[in-house]
Amino acid sequence: MVDQAEIERLKKVAKSIRCDIIWALAHAGSGHPGGSLSATDFCTALYFHTLKHDPGTCSWEGRDRVIFSKGHVSPLVFSLLAEAGYIDREELKTFRHFGSRLQGHPNCECPGIEVGTGSLGQGLSIGVGLALGLRLDRKPNRVYCIMGDGENQEGSTWEAIMSAGHFKLDNLCVILDNNGLQIDGWVEDVMGLQPIADKWRAFRWHTIEIDGHDMAQCVDALDLAQEVKGQPTVIIAKTVKGKGVSFMENRAEWHGKAPKPDEARQALQELACPAEYLDF
Amino acid sequence: MTEIKWKPTRDGYGDALLEMGAQDERIVVLGADLSDSTRALWFWKKYPERFFEFGIAEQNMLAAAAGLSLAGKIPWVSTYGVFVAGRAWDQIRTTICYSKVNVKIAGAHGGISVGPDGATHQALEDVATMRVLPHMTVIVPCDYWETKKAILWACKYVGPVYVRFGREPVPILTTPEEPFEMGKANLINDGTDVTIANNGPVLYECMKAVQMLKEKGVSVRLLNIHTVKPIDREAIAKAARETGGIVAVEEHQVIGGFGSAVAEAVVQTHPVPMRFIGIQDRFGASGTPEQLFEEFGLTAKHIVAAVEEVLKAKKA
Repeated sequence: MVDQAEIERLKKVAKSIRCDIIWALAHAGSGHPGGSLSATDFCTALYFHTLKHDPGTCSWEGRDRVIFSKGHVSPLVFSLLAEAGYIDREELKTFRHFGSRLQGHPNCECPGIEVGTGSLGQGLSIGVGLALGLRLDRKPNRVYCIMGDGENQEGSTWEAIMSAGHFKLDNLCVILDNNGLQIDGWVEDVMGLQPIADKWRAFRWHTIEIDGHDMAQCVDALDLAQEVKGQPTVIIAKTVKGKGVSFMENRAEWHGKAPKPDEARQALQELACPAEYLDF
Repeated sequence: MTEIKWKPTRDGYGDALLEMGAQDERIVVLGADLSDSTRALWFWKKYPERFFEFGIAEQNMLAAAAGLSLAGKIPWVSTYGVFVAGRAWDQIRTTICYSKVNVKIAGAHGGISVGPDGATHQALEDVATMRVLPHMTVIVPCDYWETKKAILWACKYVGPVYVRFGREPVPILTTPEEPFEMGKANLINDGTDVTIANNGPVLYECMKAVQMLKEKGVSVRLLNIHTVKPIDREAIAKAARETGGIVAVEEHQVIGGFGSAVAEAVVQTHPVPMRFIGIQDRFGASGTPEQLFEEFGLTAKHIVAAVEEVLKAKKA
């Protein structure tokens, strides 16, 4: 168990990340708030508790690798990178603008991004290859892959899940953002995936199910995943799409639309963000 | 001509991997249940720890190859052209090419000469689907030696490369000593009346056509162009300027492939009459390579007829 002070520190970081997400989206005028806000807490635990990395030296050999298979949560990704110090926070204002390093979906131009992602169903395969390569060199680096639940509808995702189980990749950990929603509605209505944990288990994965907004559970699960030997681990994080902003929570329509200025102001207010965020 | 030896281009792939595997620890090979027929098996037997079997799951294999590259490896992905350049196209586009990941793709069983397996297994569109991707290099070697040289070159180059090779034995028409320069055409025969621009193992038919045309008093320039992308614009422009007409020859659909690449160079430099030998917007079929070359119009006789059309168009 992690001590309470660490949990409180991480909660504060997550709060700040959520402010950055809304702020970047408000400046961009387009983008994906829903999945960014649902994945904020466990990604905060990952980046600011678990990950071995050096924001000053992106290519540091000892770094753990993170692949955002759900590349559309770029507002979250860039906010994490800004908070960690890979990029300047001011740069978030250029998100999705012409000439910016912060593209609509993340690519290699931005420090801290290993590879461009955005076409769903590919990230875990990249993670499998990374994990195989690192293991071949007997390196201790771990590979983390952030996935959406709707992405489990892609056939190629199951090819990747199958292979990671087959190769017994215990240096690979997936965090599945199980917010239950996708663009066309509830995942269960669009193309049902339940029982999702049983499916992953059947493909030889160690599964951990958590409340993805409970910081202590996020941290514990990430700690635990590092102890699992002989098989990869998936942390299935039950989350709420749009978490923290009342009018976005559990609403599919907020998958890929930015808040208008007045909506963004309300969101920032609800999140108790500092006044300097209101500059759009 | 002295007696010609025959060997499949896929053997050049298998041998080049063995050679590079010994030289460079970073070389790894991925297979999708076709390791024997792609010749990846040879590497697997020699370096089992550096071979990864992905089963019948090409999409995963392609993006996993990107991951291996990001871990510092030089991955060679081996499967049939149809299953890689078709099925896994989005992985190649978005994961490999967009981020310019150092992945090498070996497309086996290219062209109609695959024979009895028929249309499903004959890659006839792979050059087009690979050529259209930014950052991608596309090479179609003509014989065993050219394949080997292309693979050795690709291992040193950093960036995505697609190399296409075939199943059947084809004549060995180059030598180990001849230079292989990526993106540069090789002059096989010089001539002044017309140019045949060849891509891949159909070279043998082109050489026969050159001989037949010589007997008719036509002086043919024969260029062997292994690299489809980047295309040798300079050699093509020079050929257009100096011979005034071009026939492009390939074992691939005439839409979007090598001939299209030649035409793009021609119309932007020195427009001249052109004809296209290749698969004319059809699917393949079962048969022997000889039967199929006849049916789909890829023999020396067909090339001669196309040259004569170009000569007529030149005069018009």
